This record gives sequence, C-alpha cells and structure tokens, in this order.
Amino acid sequence: MNGVKRMKNTIIKVENKDVLGSLRKFLGKLLESKFVNAILVPKALPGGDGFVQSLIKRVEMVGDTNVVAPTMAVQSARIVSNLTSSPFDGRIGVVLKPCELRATVELVKFLQVNLDNVVTIGIDCVGTYEVRDYAEMEEKDRVLVSQSIFEKFKDGEIKPGNGYSFRESCHICEYPVPLNADMVFGFFGYNTSEEILLTVGSRFEKDITEKLSLELKDGPSSDREKVIEKVIGRRRKERTRVLDELTKRTNSIEKLMQTLSTCIRCHNCMNVCPICYCKECVFKSSDFEHRPDQFLNWASRKGAIRMPSDTLIFHLTRMSHMATSCIGCGMCDSACPNQLPISSLFGLIGDELQEIFEYIPGKDVEEEPPVSVFKEDELQAETGTE
Amino acid sequence: MNDFEPRIVAFLCNWCTYTGADLAGTSRMQYPPNIRIIRLMCTGAVDTIYVLKALIEGADGVLIGGCHPGDCHYQTGNYKARRRITILRKILNQLGFDEDRIWLRWISASEGKLFADTTAQMVKELKEKGPNPFKQSWMV
Repeated sequence: MNGVKRMKNTIIKVENKDVLGSLRKFLGKLLESKFVNAILVPKALPGGDGFVQSLIKRVEMVGDTNVVAPTMAVQSARIVSNLTSSPFDGRIGVVLKPCELRATVELVKFLQVNLDNVVTIGIDCVGTYEVRDYAEMEEKDRVLVSQSIFEKFKDGEIKPGNGYSFRESCHICEYPVPLNADMVFGFFGYNTSEEILLTVGSRFEKDITEKLSLELKDGPSSDREKVIEKVIGRRRKERTRVLDELTKRTNSIEKLMQTLSTCIRCHNCMNVCPICYCKECVFKSSDFEHRPDQFLNWASRKGAIRMPSDTLIFHLTRMSHMATSCIGCGMCDSACPNQLPISSLFGLIGDELQEIFEYIPGKDVEEEPPVSVFKEDELQAETGTE
Repeated sequence: MNDFEPRIVAFLCNWCTYTGADLAGTSRMQYPPNIRIIRLMCTGAVDTIYVLKALIEGADGVLIGGCHPGDCHYQTGNYKARRRITILRKILNQLGFDEDRIWLRWISASEGKLFADTTAQMVKELKEKGPNPFKQSWMV
C-alpha cells in the first residue's frame, strides 16, 4: 500500500467502545496541544439529518464531529483551496476522505492549494450515501449507519443496508485508504470498538510525538493489509462491471448522444468538480452566448438542432481538459439532476489516459499532471512519424 | 459517395506549417482546395475545444500542423500539443468516433512539398471514410 509507506504507527485505544468519542477527544488534543490551530472536519447538523465540513477553533466544538461522516456534501478539496488561497498564520488540520485528499493533491499541482500550513489527516473510507438519501433515512437507521460503518471496517465487508446504497462512485472506487496523508486514522482490519490505528508521516513525526507524547513504531498490522487488499479487489471487480456496462452504452457517437440526451447543460457537474478549477470558464464566457442568427444558421444547416445547444462539446471538452486528473469522487453524478453517468464516463476515459501517461492522480504532489509536461520521444505514432 | 468532397479545418503554426503552406503556394504546387486554414502562433495554442468545435460543426477532418520536435519557436508548444491532441484522439476513439479524422503533423517552413502531399493524402483518406457523422446529427 502506497498510503502507508514511510509512515510510523501507534494505536489509539478506544474508551467505552465509543470510537467517535475517542476520535473527538484526539482531535481536541490536537487543538489543545497547539499542534494545529484549527481543524476542518465533518460535523453533524443540529437536526441530525446530515453532515457539513466545519472549521473548528475551540476545543468544545469537537462534539458531533464525525471523521467518517457517511455523506460528502461538498468536495473538501475546494474548501482547502479557499482556506489556503493566501498566506495565514498558524496551522490547520484538514480531515479528508481519500478522494478529497487526492483532489487536494491535484489542486496543489495546479497551484490552487498551498499545503505549507496544512496538516492533511486522511481516513479510511467505506463509502458515502447521497446527501438526500441520508436525510430521508429514519432516525434509527441513521444511528445504525454510523455504528455499522465502523463495524464494517473489521473485515472490510461493505454492504450498507436499510434499503439504501452508497453512491456508485464509492462502489467502484479503488482508493479506500488515503495516499500520502500527513496523518491517517486507520480503521480497516481493526476492531474499532477496541482500538484504531494512527499513522504519522515523517513531516510531522517529531512535532506530534512531542506535543501529544505518542510512541510511534514501524509497520502496520498484516491484518490491515489483507483487509484493504480484499476491499480493493472487490471494488475493482465492480468497477470493471460498471465500466464494461457503460462502454456498451457509449461506444458509438449515436449511443453516446443517447446516453447524454437528457443533459440540460446546467453545468452542475462542472460547478461541483474539484478538479475543474478555472475561475474564468470558456463555457460561461460570451463565446457560448450565441446570437439568434447563429442558432438559426445551425438549424438550417442540419434541418434542426437540439436545444439547449453545445451539450456534447461541453462534455467532451471537459473530458479532454480534466480526465487525466479525475480522481473519481463522483460529485458530478451526485449533482446531476438527470442522473447522467458523468463520473463513470470520466472513469472510463480517465483509466485509459492515466494508463498511457502512467499517472495516478492524487498520488503524489511531486508528480506532474500529464497535461503540464511531456517527453521528447513519446507518442510518435500520433503524428504519423512512426 | 464518389462526389463527396471532405472539408478540412487546419490549425497551422505561423512559423512552420503555415509558412510551409505558403511555400507550396508560391512554388505553384497543387494541393486540394478542401482545406480551410486557420493560422495560429503555435500548435501549443490549440485547445482541444477548437478541434471539437470544428468536428461537431461538421468538418470532416481537422489537421493540426506544427514545427518538428525541437524546432518550436516557443521551445515546447508542439510537445504540449502532441499530448493534448493524443488525449483528444484517445477520448474520441473510446467513444466510437474515428480518431483518424484528426491529424497532427510536423511540417516545417521549407517543406512545401510535404504540406501538399499531406493534405492530398488526408483528403484521399477522408474520402474513403465518408462524411463526419456529426454533420447531419441534430442531437449534438
């Protein structure tokens, strides 16, 4: 596992079988010890029907926080981008799901995030529900969900019950553990009512051992590795199934247009995408405010045109700009009013491109994204010179 | 489809291929009139959206012509274009659109003959392929 290389570990003992309570206490200690001055972490809404990211400054506010919140209302990479848009004093700890962390790493490469004053705190993730599904659940089911999420970590068996299902992007996600976080709360393979794993990377190793008087050792338990392998294996199988299915619906231009036919060009997928970061977007520019005679001209050329226009160019352009960096968080799917399979379409395209450029988005801040770099002696066949 | 005349939109770099096309003209070489040239300062300035726009509006082929590797007036624009165009070609191929309607070619300012030959070859191959399926689709 890449995510746990070069990292040292300790066990956090869970008191009274209350893993969330113990995690809150630990976050409180990070604040009290001044290891960080603020923490970004999901916190339950007062009504109990959802979670939002919250920036916590005072220790007593860690109540109701949940590092493994079973929903993802926003992609936190965007929040980290806002929080680090200019220099500030102190240090912020940010609790991120693996896909949020990977998006954050991509945004570092595009100069949209600065991690100088940030401690990234990754978590193992079994998946998230749609925000509306979680809000719909009955009170008792929600309690069950937050308990069962922790139970599922022990052997990695992930079948959310209650008639609800995790988001499809979570079912086909191959990265249930964080890659290259500064710290990780590890749950896979642990009996989380007794203990959980804390891994700490070299960047803050000295600081955190001093401030929290922790003892760090090498190497995670072998059980954890096995469970993670199992989870990834299962998801990979599901990913293949979903993407094969989608290929059948998108492997010709006619089928692709059929699949995208209910797009209303609301731009929701673009607006929620953490990777689609341009402040000035061509699709919101005057280039796409066509004059009436332009529409009529197109219509007369083809006999008729679909309105709103420009849906295909919108999706294909977004793909060609960003599929190499798509981390598969699925926020586009969640935001789509007509349930278009945008995320898996990006997955289909992204998997192929990422393989060509041997690139795993969000793995390492040191790796340059494929669209920013080149090799002199590559892709000869593309220019008809081979 | 015997009388089908493909339309090609060509994005040509000012320093190499555009000048090469000019040389073909001033040298009185014949090349097919199917090509509509748009001059850019560099292939590195060709965003994929230009190519997509041309294809979706019904161009049968798109030619992007730039300096040979190592000869870019701006050092690296052509290498970056190669990555971008590759990405676009792979995406379209995955979605069942013939990627060989998009040609990226290196043609220098002195290669007027190569420009004429390239366009002739492209027209020939596009004639075999037939019209771009986008041309008649009202759904795009």
